[in-house]
Amino acid sequence: MGRYVIRRLLQMIPVFIGATLLIFLMVNVMGDPIAGLCGQRECDPATAAQLRKEFGLDKPVWQQYLTYMGNLFTGDFGTAFNGQPVTELMADAFPVTIRLTLVAIFFEVVIGITLGVLTGLRRGRPVDTGVLLLTLVVIAVPTFVTGLLLQLLLGVEWGWIRPSVSSEATLDELIVPGLVLAAVSLAYVTRLTRTSIAENRRADYVRTAIAKGLPRRRVITRHLLRNSLIPVVTFIGADIGALMGGAIVTERIFNIHGVGYQLYQGILRQNTQTVVGFVTVLVLVFLLVNLLVDLLYAVLDPRIRYA
Amino acid sequence: MHGATHLTRSACVCAVAVVLAATGCGGGGGAAGGPDGIVTSSWGDPQNPLEPANTNEVQGGKVLDMIFRGLKRYDPRTGEAEDMLAERIETGDSTNFTVTIKNGWTFSNGEPVTAKSFVDAWNYGAHLKNNQRNAYFFGYIDGYDDVHPESGQPTARTMSGLKVTGDRTFTVKLTQKFSTWPETLGYAAFSPLPSTFFSDHAAWLAKPVGNGPYAVDSYARGSQMSLRRWDGYPGDDKARNGGVDLTVYTDNNTAYTDLTAGNLDLVDDVPAAQLRNVTADLGDRYINTPAGIIQTLAFPYYDPDWNKPGQEKVRKGLSKAINRQQITDTIFQKTRTPAKDWTSPVLGPDGGYDDGLCGEACTYDPAAAKKLVAEGGGIPGGQVRIAYNADSGSHKEWVDAVCNSINNALGNDKACVGNPVGTFADYRNQITASKMTGPFRAGWQMDYPLIQNFLQPLYYTNASSNDGKWNNEEFDRLIDQANAETDPARAIDTFKRAEGVVRDQMAAIPLWYQNGSAGYSDRIANVSLNQFSVPVYEEITVN
Repeated sequence: MGRYVIRRLLQMIPVFIGATLLIFLMVNVMGDPIAGLCGQRECDPATAAQLRKEFGLDKPVWQQYLTYMGNLFTGDFGTAFNGQPVTELMADAFPVTIRLTLVAIFFEVVIGITLGVLTGLRRGRPVDTGVLLLTLVVIAVPTFVTGLLLQLLLGVEWGWIRPSVSSEATLDELIVPGLVLAAVSLAYVTRLTRTSIAENRRADYVRTAIAKGLPRRRVITRHLLRNSLIPVVTFIGADIGALMGGAIVTERIFNIHGVGYQLYQGILRQNTQTVVGFVTVLVLVFLLVNLLVDLLYAVLDPRIRYA
Repeated sequence: MHGATHLTRSACVCAVAVVLAATGCGGGGGAAGGPDGIVTSSWGDPQNPLEPANTNEVQGGKVLDMIFRGLKRYDPRTGEAEDMLAERIETGDSTNFTVTIKNGWTFSNGEPVTAKSFVDAWNYGAHLKNNQRNAYFFGYIDGYDDVHPESGQPTARTMSGLKVTGDRTFTVKLTQKFSTWPETLGYAAFSPLPSTFFSDHAAWLAKPVGNGPYAVDSYARGSQMSLRRWDGYPGDDKARNGGVDLTVYTDNNTAYTDLTAGNLDLVDDVPAAQLRNVTADLGDRYINTPAGIIQTLAFPYYDPDWNKPGQEKVRKGLSKAINRQQITDTIFQKTRTPAKDWTSPVLGPDGGYDDGLCGEACTYDPAAAKKLVAEGGGIPGGQVRIAYNADSGSHKEWVDAVCNSINNALGNDKACVGNPVGTFADYRNQITASKMTGPFRAGWQMDYPLIQNFLQPLYYTNASSNDGKWNNEEFDRLIDQANAETDPARAIDTFKRAEGVVRDQMAAIPLWYQNGSAGYSDRIANVSLNQFSVPVYEEITVN
């Protein structure tokens, strides 16, 4: 187990370097960001040169990348164009997005798995068909439509929530945005769980458990559900990274100043330091969550062992 | 097995927490009204560090307008430059100025505003090492080249043209005659700075200190700034509300939604998509007033194809082929006004605005347009490609409409197409590198309400925003002459003659003047926009 974890952690290094290099090159291809810094007017050449020097843009790309990576190991993520250190932007943005992601994951786990178990046990019944139809609709409707509709109905028409999230972005403000963000994945989790449960219901160990006279509740939660959760956990694990990076639409609609917002701003302003910094952290999160998911397998199914 | 139990239990606790939090919310904090009421307003993240000489966009400028007062201030209604901190600015030759500042002004931290506060701030703003985006504003002051050379290192720390001569007086020597120079001093770049700006710069940036009617109470960069009325403010434009909370919105549609839901008092940028509903939603709480912004089509004069003699006829023809009225009515819902000269209506007739200047060259006339283009030798390369940046604003819509209009007038549906560029930075890049191959969108937001500001930076040879690299000796001569004129009325007259040259050559096609548009809740009153389309915050009252 320990060796497995170390091996996985070591594998992250090349992935990490490759990913940052790719992003670095992609942002660089977009051209000189200084040109956009002075608004509609051209920066005077001396100031432009001075700014270029300060942000290290006057050096060749490979040198910029090496300096960047060197600084990264000392915890220096560079400076955004508005003079703020990128680490400061991260300290503001990541807690918000993590909270939003947690709310989303919470909904996915609680609602998704419950509905999945419910429908999986009642295949073909009206409940099953109803939920299936519902998930179909949720998957088909784009996130921004759900988001804007809920914002308009709950926020403006009925006045149940504030249409926008304040800068503190407390948990209760994030319930609706979290639900919107989770909606599509939630539908997938329902469907995955349903299939998995329906499949395992006829497995030998379930029959044995029932024959032993175990209470139905115990059979479902301990035997059936636990074995059926492996594909679901894989999906949710991969989803954490996707939710954090892909929250741009939801964050924009509900005015949440999270990672999506910073990335969007960074790309618009062609701010290499911001974009590469945030993407780097997202890549790390993705890798770590994947490792965690793999380790969780062993908890769910002891037959899976890591040498 | 043990692990699984633990998981479900913590999930339950979490669920309860969320539900509790949800029921605990509802009913937002109803803020106080009256003279201490707080106004909430939408905001955008300032692009550059928030320093007076470093701010060149509206969002940062909005804050500077609240926390700073300079020597002059532009009247929010007439745009006239009036003395604010200046007691008098005297000159005998339009080159050497003596500035005397009023007694009794302090910064909100108690430090007195002296002549040194101005001179230090200007020297800081001009110095190359400080990377100030607006450094060129100090370019007329003698010694600017030493602190901000076009290349190489600065050879001086301060400009020789600035001298403190007393506690409340300083002298300025310009490099050339510039009669209207004192009137430029209302621009935020010329604000005074307290000594803490220099001694603890990082702390100042985290919580700016100025001398205006408001003081910064708290500032969470990128998301919110709380400004409170500064009761020690000595000026006569004291704040009539308790303060302003500026909230950064990721999308102006969300800000508008918040306004209609009653969570926000003021939106100073009504999104294009909402213009259709805005009168139904807000009634007379929707403001749509002219601002000092003009949009034009510039031409690449560095491209020989676009700079052949006689081609002004083609440019005039294109101008006549654009149905400005229809486009401003349908696409912009009347938030733009068809342009009739190269300045802005906010200047007023006395300031140099002239709605008859462009005349028939700006009037839609398809038949004459077709004839003129043919006389001028046709469109270079057979097709006009109008370049614009596609990342912000609704540029695509109007460029397509302009092209449609041109195509219809010329009877050729390939005469004009849009040429989108991905990002604004890349767009500016191509302009700076002189890579434009056809007309391109240009916009000009005035720095100060002077006709000079609409002409010199845009059309003078090698001027800072002469993106098309147009040059004309006659125009340059008239501008120099106007700047040297000591009588303001005669100066404006000469500027208008220079503008006549721009018209005769159709140096750029004027399209329309942009209005400022804002909407507000019924919680507040006395809302207006100044000529820079920034709300006049200190006048807003809370019901």
